[in-house]
Amino acid sequence: MAPKKLGLKQRYAHMTRGLDWETTYQPMDAVFPYDTFEGIKIKDWSAWEDPFRLTMDAYWKFQAEKERKLYAVLDAFAQNNGQTGVSDGRYVNVVKLFLTGISPEEYQAHRGFAFTGRHLRGAGPRVACQMQSLDELRHIQTQIHTISHYNKYFDGISEFPHMHDRVWYLSVPKSFFDDARTAGPFEFMIAIGFAFEYVLTNLLFVPFMSGAAYNGDMSTVTFGFSAQSDESRHMTLGIEVIKFLLEQHPDNLPIVQKWVDKWFWRGHRVLGLVAMMMDYMLPKKVMSWKEAWEIYFTEAGGSLFQDLARYGLKAPKYADVATADAEHISHQNWAVFYQYTHAAAFHTWMPDKEHLDWLSEKYPNTFDKYYRPRWEMWAEMEKQGKRFYNPSLPQLCQVCQIPMAYTEPGDPTKIAFRCSEVGGETYHFCSDGCKDIFDGEPEKYVQSWLPVHQIFQGACGGATIPDVLNYYRMNVGADNMDYVGSPDEKLWNEWHAGKAREAV
Amino acid sequence: MSVQIKTIDLEPKRQTFGHVARRLGGDKPATRYQEGTLDVQATANFHYKPLWEPEYWHYDTRKTAVVMEDWYKPLDPRQYYYATYNIARANMNQAVERNFAFVEERGLLETIGEATRAKLLTGFLPIRHLHWGSNMNMAEITQRGYGTAVTAPCIFSAGDHLGMAQIVSRIGLELDGQTGAALDAAKTAWMEDPAWQGVRRLIEDTFVERDWFQLYVAQTLGVNAVLLDMVYRHCDAAWGPSALTVAMLTEFMADWRAEDGKWSDAVVKTVAAESAENKALVSTWAKHWIDRAEEAGKPLSTALTGSPAAATTAADAARTRARALGLDL
Amino acid sequence: MAQIASITLLHNDDARPIIEAILADNPGVRVLNMPGAVKLDCDDELIVKRASVEERLGRPWEPQEIQLVLVSMAGNLDEDDDWFKLSWKH
Repeated sequence: MAPKKLGLKQRYAHMTRGLDWETTYQPMDAVFPYDTFEGIKIKDWSAWEDPFRLTMDAYWKFQAEKERKLYAVLDAFAQNNGQTGVSDGRYVNVVKLFLTGISPEEYQAHRGFAFTGRHLRGAGPRVACQMQSLDELRHIQTQIHTISHYNKYFDGISEFPHMHDRVWYLSVPKSFFDDARTAGPFEFMIAIGFAFEYVLTNLLFVPFMSGAAYNGDMSTVTFGFSAQSDESRHMTLGIEVIKFLLEQHPDNLPIVQKWVDKWFWRGHRVLGLVAMMMDYMLPKKVMSWKEAWEIYFTEAGGSLFQDLARYGLKAPKYADVATADAEHISHQNWAVFYQYTHAAAFHTWMPDKEHLDWLSEKYPNTFDKYYRPRWEMWAEMEKQGKRFYNPSLPQLCQVCQIPMAYTEPGDPTKIAFRCSEVGGETYHFCSDGCKDIFDGEPEKYVQSWLPVHQIFQGACGGATIPDVLNYYRMNVGADNMDYVGSPDEKLWNEWHAGKAREAV
Repeated sequence: MSVQIKTIDLEPKRQTFGHVARRLGGDKPATRYQEGTLDVQATANFHYKPLWEPEYWHYDTRKTAVVMEDWYKPLDPRQYYYATYNIARANMNQAVERNFAFVEERGLLETIGEATRAKLLTGFLPIRHLHWGSNMNMAEITQRGYGTAVTAPCIFSAGDHLGMAQIVSRIGLELDGQTGAALDAAKTAWMEDPAWQGVRRLIEDTFVERDWFQLYVAQTLGVNAVLLDMVYRHCDAAWGPSALTVAMLTEFMADWRAEDGKWSDAVVKTVAAESAENKALVSTWAKHWIDRAEEAGKPLSTALTGSPAAATTAADAARTRARALGLDL
Repeated sequence: MAQIASITLLHNDDARPIIEAILADNPGVRVLNMPGAVKLDCDDELIVKRASVEERLGRPWEPQEIQLVLVSMAGNLDEDDDWFKLSWKH
C-alpha cells in the first residue's frame, strides 16, 4: 500500500498531539503545580488550536534559512564598515537604547516562555511557547551580534547587562518584564503573549525598523524584520491564548479583562521610550509616534477588540487616555532625558529647525503650543553656555517607575500625581492607570526596586551623582551628556571629513 | 613622487563588551558564542518575588543545592548560539529527509513482517513519550536554572527532544499507512504495557524534582545515557532484519546523543569539579538515577531482546562515563 | 467600522510573487509602502493562495514558507496546505 500524503493539519496533529499523557505515578497537580492558583478554569485543553502547526523539522529549516541570511548581512555590514554610512552619528543612540533597554527583555521573554512551555497543562500551547522561547533567545542573541559592531566604535553600550540591572530608566522595562515573569503562567501569556506581542509589539518593531532602514542601518533593519517574522507566530499565539481562555469558561472573563487592562497600560508606558526614539532620535523620520499609534493601536487594535467583544471582552481601560497621550508622550519623555542627560548612557540634543518644523507639522494640536517654546528656550540657553540640567533626583511612579513628568489628561500644563496608602506608607503614581494597577495588587508593587529610593538608601554606590554613575559603570564624558561635544560626535566628524577628502 | 592619501581611521575603540573582556582577561575579539552567552541573564535588583514561588527570585542560585562561584564556568564545548544550533539541526534533518525518502521509495517498512511490526509498535514507538518527558525536563531547566551558559543549551536540547519525538512519530506513520493507529497503539503500550512502566514511572518522578541541577543529572546521565542509549544502541537485535532500516531512520538520534552528550558531560564535569561538596552531591545523584534507570530499563530490555542485559550494558557504560567526569560512583 | 485584515511583508525579491498574488486575489486591497516593508490591508479578510504564488514563482511553494518574509499581520489566521488566510469573519 502506498502511504497517502498527509495534509499539514493532520500531519501536525499526528506528530504533536498525543505525545502528552495523564501521569499516574505522580499526580498531575504535582507535575503542573502552577496552572491553577490564578483562578483560570480550563475544561478541555485539547480544544487548543495552533494555527501555525510548525513541527521541529520545519522550524529548524526556516529558522536556519533566516539566520543564514541575517548573518550574511551582519558580516557584510561589518566588512563594509556600515556604521560610517548611517544617516548621522546621532542615529546610533537609538541602537544604544535598544540594546540596553529592549534586548535584555527578549531574554526575559525567552525564560518566561520556557516557564509556560513547561508548566501549562496542555501540550499544544506548550509546544508553541517553547518555540517562542527559542525565538526569544534568537532575538537577544542576534541583537547582541548586530550591535556588537556598533559597540566597537560608539560609547554607552559596552556594559549593557550591568546597566540593565541598575540604571534608573532601564528599571522601567526591567520592572515590566519582572512583573510578567513573576506572575502566574496565564497572566504571563496575556501580558507578553497577548498585550505585548499582539497589541503593542508592532509599534515597537515595524515603524522603528523601517526607520532603521531609512537611516541606512541595514544590520538593525535586517535583525528587526527577521525577528518580526517570528513575531507573527507569537502574535498568533497571543490571540489564540486569549480566545482559548475566554472560550473555556465565562468565569475567566473578569480575570482576563483585569490583565488586559493592566498590561495594556503598562506596555503603553514602556513604549513611551520607543515614542521618543521615533520622534526625536531617528535623524530621518519615517512616521511620527502619533501616526504609528493610529495605525497600530487605533486601527489594528480596534479591529481586534471588535472581534473579542463577542466574548464580552472590552477594549482596555484607559485606551482613550493612551490615545490622547500619543500627542504628548514622546515630547515629555525627551524633556526628561534632556534634563537628566548626565545620568543616561546615550546622548541627547535639542532638535534643529528642520526637525522642529517636522514636529510642528506632525503634532499640530500640541507641539507649537506646549513643547516648541520650551525647546527653543533650552536651545537658547545652550547657546549662552547655560545648558539646562536637572540636578535633583526625580520622584518615580511606584508602578511604571518613570519620573513623574506626565501631565493630567486634558491639561498638558499640569503634572499628574496620584497616590495610595498602604500600611501607613504613601505610594505615588503618574496616572490613574498606574494607580489602578497598584491598588489591584499592592502586595506586589510595594516591593518595587525604585532606583531613586535605592540611591537615597545608599544602595547604589553612594550619595552623590558621581558615586551613582560609578555604580552604573557609566564612562562619564563619553557614555552620557549631549551628542555635541561627545567622543561619538568627534569620531563621526572625522569619518566624514575623511570621506569628504576622499571625494575631492 | 608618491602621494600618501590618509584613509579614514577605522580602528575600533574596543573589541568587545566590558563584561566579556573581563572574562577573557582583556579587551580582545570575542566569538559570537561568547558575546551571545556571557552574563546575558540578569543577576541583581529584581523587583518582585514570584507569585508562584515567593521563597526565591525568578533567577536564583538557591534553586539547586550545588554551588558555583560562577555559573558561566560550565560552557558549551559546541559553542552553540541560536544560529549555529539551528543550522546544525537543519543539516542533520536533511539526512533525515533523505533516509525517510529512501525507506519509502523501497517500501522497506512494508515488508518487515508482523512480528517485527508488532515489536516496533509496542517496543519502540512509545519512546516518543520518553522524548516528550525529556523535553519537559529540559524546558524546566531552561526556566529554572541559573546563567545563560547552562540554560540556553537546555532550550536547544528541549527542541531536540521534541524533534526526536516527531521523528519517532513519523516512523509510526510509515508503519500504519499514515493513519495514526500505530501511535495510538504505542500510547496504550506506554500507559499500560508492563515493559514500559518502569520507564514511565522514572520520567514522571523526574517531573516533580525541584532541584534543577539534580534534574539535569537525572535527565542526562539517567534518561539519556542509560535509557535512550539502551533503546537506540543496545537493542538492534530486537528489530531483526529491519535493524538497518531502524538505524537509518534514527540516524539523527545517534548523531544527537554523541553531540548532546559532549555538552552535558562538560557541564556535569565542571560543576562537580567546583568543590568537594558539589562532587559528593552530583555523585549521589548520578548513582541514584543511573541505578534507577537500569532497573527501569530491564523489563523493556527483556521485552525487546529476551534479556535484561541491554539495560545493564547501558548503565555500566553510563557509570564508566560518570567516573570519567570525576564522579564517585 | 470594517475590521482590517492586514499583512506586512518584506519588500524584497522573495516576497514579490507573494505580494503580487495578494494584489491579484484580494480586490480592494490597500497598499502602504514603508522603507524595507510593505503593508497590505483588506476589509475583513485577506488571503494568500498557494496556486497564485506558485504561478508567479514557477516552483512549488508551501504557505509555511511565508514565514521567511513575514513582518506582521492582523486577523485570525487559518493556514492550510493551499492557503494562508487572515480574517475577522466567523
